[in-house]
Amino acid sequence: MVWLNIILNRLAWLVPTLLGLLLIVFLLSRVVPIDPARLAAGDNASPAQVEAVRQQLGFDRPLPVQFLRYVGDVARGDFGTSLFTQQPIVDDLAARLPATLELTIVAILLAAGIGIPLGVVCGLHRNSWIDHSLRIVTVSGLAVASFWLAMQFQFLFSMKLGWLPLSGRIEGFPPEEVTGLVIIDALIEGDGEIIGSALSHIVLPAITLALPAAATVVRFTRNGVLGAIGSASVAYQTAMGYPRRLIVWKYVLRQAISATVTQLGLIFGILLAGAVVVETVFDWPGIGAYAVRSILQSDYNAVMGFTLWTGAIFVLINLLVDLLQAAIDPRGAR
Amino acid sequence: MLRRLARDRAAFLGGLLILGLMLVAIFAPILAPYPDDVWQFHTPNRLLPPGPERLFGTDRMGSDVFSRMLFGARITLTLSFIAVGSAVLIGVPIGLVAGYWDTWFSELLMRVAEIFLAVPQIVLAIAIAQTLGPSIENVILALSITYWPFWARLVYAQTRSMRNEVFVESAIALGAKPWRVMLLHILPNIASPIIVRTSIGMGATILTAATLGFLGLGAPPPTPEWGRMIAESREYLPEAWWYAMAPGLAIFLTVLGFNLFGDGLRDILDPRTRRSVGGGRG
Repeated sequence: MVWLNIILNRLAWLVPTLLGLLLIVFLLSRVVPIDPARLAAGDNASPAQVEAVRQQLGFDRPLPVQFLRYVGDVARGDFGTSLFTQQPIVDDLAARLPATLELTIVAILLAAGIGIPLGVVCGLHRNSWIDHSLRIVTVSGLAVASFWLAMQFQFLFSMKLGWLPLSGRIEGFPPEEVTGLVIIDALIEGDGEIIGSALSHIVLPAITLALPAAATVVRFTRNGVLGAIGSASVAYQTAMGYPRRLIVWKYVLRQAISATVTQLGLIFGILLAGAVVVETVFDWPGIGAYAVRSILQSDYNAVMGFTLWTGAIFVLINLLVDLLQAAIDPRGAR
Repeated sequence: MLRRLARDRAAFLGGLLILGLMLVAIFAPILAPYPDDVWQFHTPNRLLPPGPERLFGTDRMGSDVFSRMLFGARITLTLSFIAVGSAVLIGVPIGLVAGYWDTWFSELLMRVAEIFLAVPQIVLAIAIAQTLGPSIENVILALSITYWPFWARLVYAQTRSMRNEVFVESAIALGAKPWRVMLLHILPNIASPIIVRTSIGMGATILTAATLGFLGLGAPPPTPEWGRMIAESREYLPEAWWYAMAPGLAIFLTVLGFNLFGDGLRDILDPRTRRSVGGGRG
């Protein structure tokens, strides 16, 4: 029942949240000084043509009517057409989502794979030299501007050393699409050259993206370990003569990881925000770079589509985190 | 309080960085070796590598990067102080009101706040800044609109937990008006988390502002904005490797200062969450 409650509770808020998001972006798109009809009609259109486009796209109706119509379209899965790619926005986003997913998954694996062990070490050896030096690293990782770091990486590893490609997702022809994740598809195809190309392209963007997330994971895990070590149950187990290794591996680690999982929503937020910038610098063909380009070109339908998708992904991630947490620590479940 | 602040190494270093930044901003015209370079071009000197005379080299217009970086501190500080100040002024009252009364209206306010938190801040900020057009004022507006929910949510939760405290109930029983209870009894008691959040929020805001500048949504050139300076340097890589160095380090040290200061403050104000979670990002 707990599970069902969590799911229903989250889903009940999904619709109002998305409606609210839609309204914010819609209002934004209507205060722009740029006339969307003129933009859609092109530079050389006559006033009559612009007027025709305006009517065709419904920009002449009152705002509430336009909004309701847009909501109705979205509910049917129609996000409109991008003014620049001339493709349905759903197709644009769907085509680019796997690239962002691939980058984000690699980054989250990196962040967890590096962050959790380091956080545990810091927590177990509090105030040791390793704890202090890692603290400096994590604080710095959160303070560096990712676009600047991305450029420094490009300069050093691509331009100077020539070890890794400068930008993009793959060299030459991509593998046949099965999952949409190029690395997986390349593995399925089994072509070593393509696998190598896909892997070498993802290294720099993934590391840039993972750094602030890894710093956050280290801090959460460290605090989780400290909280667990200070808890009454660990004091009891120590007093009862349990081997320290057993206590650490079985009890402390579990609590520490649970502390980090609770914050997965936040960590994912850091990654998604980072992806917008990192994808732009590395020309990674994901939805983040698409969003930035759409915003800069005043392609508002595309921006609204992106915002809505991101909001929905966010709500679903938080739902997943709630469920995970209920599985790890049933006490906290509502 | 101040003595404890000086003893906490992180807070001390953070405070020092912030102080240094303020001094740089105030005395930029005196400290800068080439103060004229901010607005004037000296094309014969363009893209000179760093040397004893030009510490961080020159940019595509022949201006001294170091001098421009010093003046950039003024823009960053003014911009983030006003943006965070407005976000606090919007968020704190909303959080107080929503937390004090338990009605459908409080529920609505917090739902609106959560809608703003449902997408990455940078995306909303880019959208707003682009809509309004590139200028410093619009960047400030975009940042305050995107960041107020952080304070609203924090103050809401804190007010909620204060609402049933004995001293609040007794103040109400003595006939104190709601605004009096909120401002004189609740607000002083929740000031510490607000201050901590504000310091870390400064770091996050400065990063977002620099990102807006990098994407070309900040102040128009030749304003010496750090993010824009880094964006300009991109086409001169790998030859002019020094071009982005000074503004990048400036952003790093500034954000580091506010994050360290906020971290240290949290340790001092709330010893329970020693070296606690979070950071200025998002």
